[in-house]
Amino acid sequence: MSLTDLTIRGLAEALARGETSSEEATRACLERIRTTDETLGAFLHVDEERALERARASDARRREGKALGPLDGIPVAIKDNISLRGMPTTCASKILEGYVPPFDATVVERLEEAGAVVLGKLNMDEFAMGSTTETSAFRVCRNPWDVNRSPGGSSGGAAAATAARQVFGALGTDTGGSIRQPASHCGVVGIKPTYGRCSRYGVVAYASSMDQVGTFGRTVEDAALLLQAIAGHDPRDATSLDEPVPDWVGALEGASLEGMRIGIPKELFVKGLDPEVESTVRAAIAQLVSAGAKVEEISLPHTEHATAVYYAIAPAEASSNLSRFDGIRYGLSVREGGMRDLYEKTRAAGFGTEVKRRILSGTYLLTKEHQPLFQRAQRIRTLIRRDFEEAFAKVDVIVSPVAPTAARRLGEAFESPVESYLADTLTLLCNLAGIPGMSVPCGFTSRGLPVGMQVLGRWKDEASILRLGAVYQRETDWHLQAPPEVA
Amino acid sequence: MARADWEAIIGLEVHAQLLTESKIFCGCSTAFGAPPNTQTCPVCLGLPGTLPVLNEKAVEYGVRVGLALNAKIRETSVFARKNYFYPDLPKGYQISQDDLPICYDGHLVIETAEGERKVGIIRAHLEEDAGKNVHDPAGGPSRVDLNRAGVPLMEIVSAPDIRSADEAVEYLKNLRSILVYLGVNDGNLEEGSMRCDANVSVRKKGETGYRTRVEIKNLNSFRFLKQAIEYEVDRQIRTWEEGGQVEPETRQFDAQAGVTRAMRAKSEAEDYRYFPEPDLPPLRVDEAFVAKVRESLPELPREKAARFQRDYQLSAYDASVLVADKEVADYYEGAVEAYGGSAKTVANWVINEVLRLIKESPEGIRATRAEPAKLAALLRLLDEGKINAPSAKTILEQVHQTGADPEEVMRQKGLEQVSDVALIEAAVEKVVAAHPKELETYRGGKKALFGFFMGQVMKELRGQGDPKVVQAALRKALDG
Repeated sequence: MSLTDLTIRGLAEALARGETSSEEATRACLERIRTTDETLGAFLHVDEERALERARASDARRREGKALGPLDGIPVAIKDNISLRGMPTTCASKILEGYVPPFDATVVERLEEAGAVVLGKLNMDEFAMGSTTETSAFRVCRNPWDVNRSPGGSSGGAAAATAARQVFGALGTDTGGSIRQPASHCGVVGIKPTYGRCSRYGVVAYASSMDQVGTFGRTVEDAALLLQAIAGHDPRDATSLDEPVPDWVGALEGASLEGMRIGIPKELFVKGLDPEVESTVRAAIAQLVSAGAKVEEISLPHTEHATAVYYAIAPAEASSNLSRFDGIRYGLSVREGGMRDLYEKTRAAGFGTEVKRRILSGTYLLTKEHQPLFQRAQRIRTLIRRDFEEAFAKVDVIVSPVAPTAARRLGEAFESPVESYLADTLTLLCNLAGIPGMSVPCGFTSRGLPVGMQVLGRWKDEASILRLGAVYQRETDWHLQAPPEVA
Repeated sequence: MARADWEAIIGLEVHAQLLTESKIFCGCSTAFGAPPNTQTCPVCLGLPGTLPVLNEKAVEYGVRVGLALNAKIRETSVFARKNYFYPDLPKGYQISQDDLPICYDGHLVIETAEGERKVGIIRAHLEEDAGKNVHDPAGGPSRVDLNRAGVPLMEIVSAPDIRSADEAVEYLKNLRSILVYLGVNDGNLEEGSMRCDANVSVRKKGETGYRTRVEIKNLNSFRFLKQAIEYEVDRQIRTWEEGGQVEPETRQFDAQAGVTRAMRAKSEAEDYRYFPEPDLPPLRVDEAFVAKVRESLPELPREKAARFQRDYQLSAYDASVLVADKEVADYYEGAVEAYGGSAKTVANWVINEVLRLIKESPEGIRATRAEPAKLAALLRLLDEGKINAPSAKTILEQVHQTGADPEEVMRQKGLEQVSDVALIEAAVEKVVAAHPKELETYRGGKKALFGFFMGQVMKELRGQGDPKVVQAALRKALDG
């Protein structure tokens, strides 16, 4: 087994024992990026020098007996919509080409304060709009399990890099499934915590009322270790939860599912669901039952409206959030003609098709004439939230598939954008409700493509979903499978 | 034109900067006049990923304004985004409040020709200011200064209860005075700390509905406000009378020409696509907070005027003149206290003399070096008979300019009053002897000549004679 195959916990222990160094691990990751990323396209930016410098600083701390904790010296990477001072942040969009933030996102600050070594910025769908990473303006990102397939998205780079052992873990963002869905497609763990659990300060906004930073790891524990470091109240984000963060990682030791009630929402096992995906997830549920959990069918009656509601609210917020990209202060600026031309030409040249589609539909929806639609969407969102409250009165967690199919072939999503939107239904409920969700690898299709199981928890109850995931991984070895070597 | 058949319907929208030390959504300073873009940070520059955090002081000031305007304070108000593109608007939207403003349903009392009247305040809400586009007069590229971006503003919207340009000026003066009293605004219209737009329409007396309304932007002085409204009301009456249509539009006032000109039609007006600001939770202002702010409210102009009338026996007019500017009111009370004599006398001297001396100075009452204690000392010299009133005025002018001690000035200028009876009698004797003809006429019954003799004697005494002693001596000499 090579160094890069270790989990975060495994590497942390090896570092603690002095068997390796952060510099060595960092070099191993950089080497993997060099050999695999031309094909995979997971990274948009790699800063080797900065990474090695930080790795050496970590090693120095350790030599002095001042190691910071389990993340000290661990090579990771962050999605390119998260600001890191001095490193380009493009959101995979031409409109932000050349923009270098002069400040760190709070989650980056915390990650680095914990000693993690950030190697670079990860590929994504442009402004996180998409679920295949194919709307990236810069490069194609491929699924390590089948390079003709998409890694999912929008945090496709983060999922692919974690699966392909380019990094030990990563930060992504999830607005409608952008962490869980690519995690499922790439066979890694992806956690989207409760809305407000992680600060959004420095994370480029897509749909502010749903955007949430989360983590990728090859195990539940790894993803939890990263989450533990970045979660917590931030006075710079007025929507961040002002609550203490429980010791999630500590609680995983010796955890059991005895007595845990699992809800199976009938609305999430419906037509369009690939039979292989369904049987894989049902087998996983059976395994959870044999581990001591109780299963109960539940209903989330407003699910059928979720996609329509999401694709009203998210583009509406996005249309406003993306107004600041006007060519005046930073990023792309097409300076021909007058003020109006500056706006129109810059935005026409800078944004890709999917982003324009959402800006247009969102702008349309917010006009006076169509405000009633927007308000109706908000009301249904409340009903969806209530569905979950009622469900969670009966069960502790909810389990479902993450996506109706395994990873799709590159190009497939563009053939039918509406179908592609509908495929997001399973994940975006969680964002509409603001509750935590996770994807855990639970098997493979006959083609050898990973399938993930989605676990949703009560508002602020990340602990239960982490517990379920950790116990499941004790009982299974899906997460230990590595994708084939990329040529 | 039957002008008298028409009435004007006017509502004002005032944007007032709140004097917080830092901006409404970030920690940057709000100080005026710094070099361009030096008071900015990632948040007020609208850099990607930044988020607003509400300044609690701005909320406190907003509640202060609401309470002073007799408005209701909404327990849960909501910030909203107003979306439009402009280079001075870094995020492409302004964070404001839409259908749930923090203050609503208040009123402000103004004095009109027909007596006191309440002008309704429909709403007052919190929002952030935009930056400033700076254009190159030589035609080079325009630049943007974002120092002002994010400075807290309160937008105060009156009901269409104002009926004339004079009433509009009165409303704005009262509002300004209240804001300055509250310590939330410096009242400086020229520097843009307060900016005023007017909504104007006219209708025939007796009509109950409203006719087309026109908005006039940026009326940033009392004079422009008055001129613009007067012009616009005339224009609209003329238009209707001539069988034309007043177009719903936004107009601007050309101060040079004294006319309003169309800027854009309301039909072209942008749809601002308001929606609740997802980056800020609803703003909750509980009763305890409101109660605390209420307790901390200073005495407001109307209360102060009432107290001045009651405690100092001032006329309504004198009281209103003194309280219009809080610093003048403080000056007055300082002088009353230092003097200890008649508060009415102090009021006369402040209103007629001190305010005249500072009339043209932009610093207001701070321009005078005749501080309250010095005015009091001067009035005591008068009471003690050491000087007479004309000399007191001369001394005051000197004290106003140099800050010297009044008694010192009196001595230096030799203005001490002559009360010495022998001296005065000698002067009387001299004057009477020099005017035998007038004496004869006087004694023949033309008593009005007494004033002439009085003047001559005072002249003889270089204006410093004690009027009472002079009068007595003269009477004795003339009437024998």
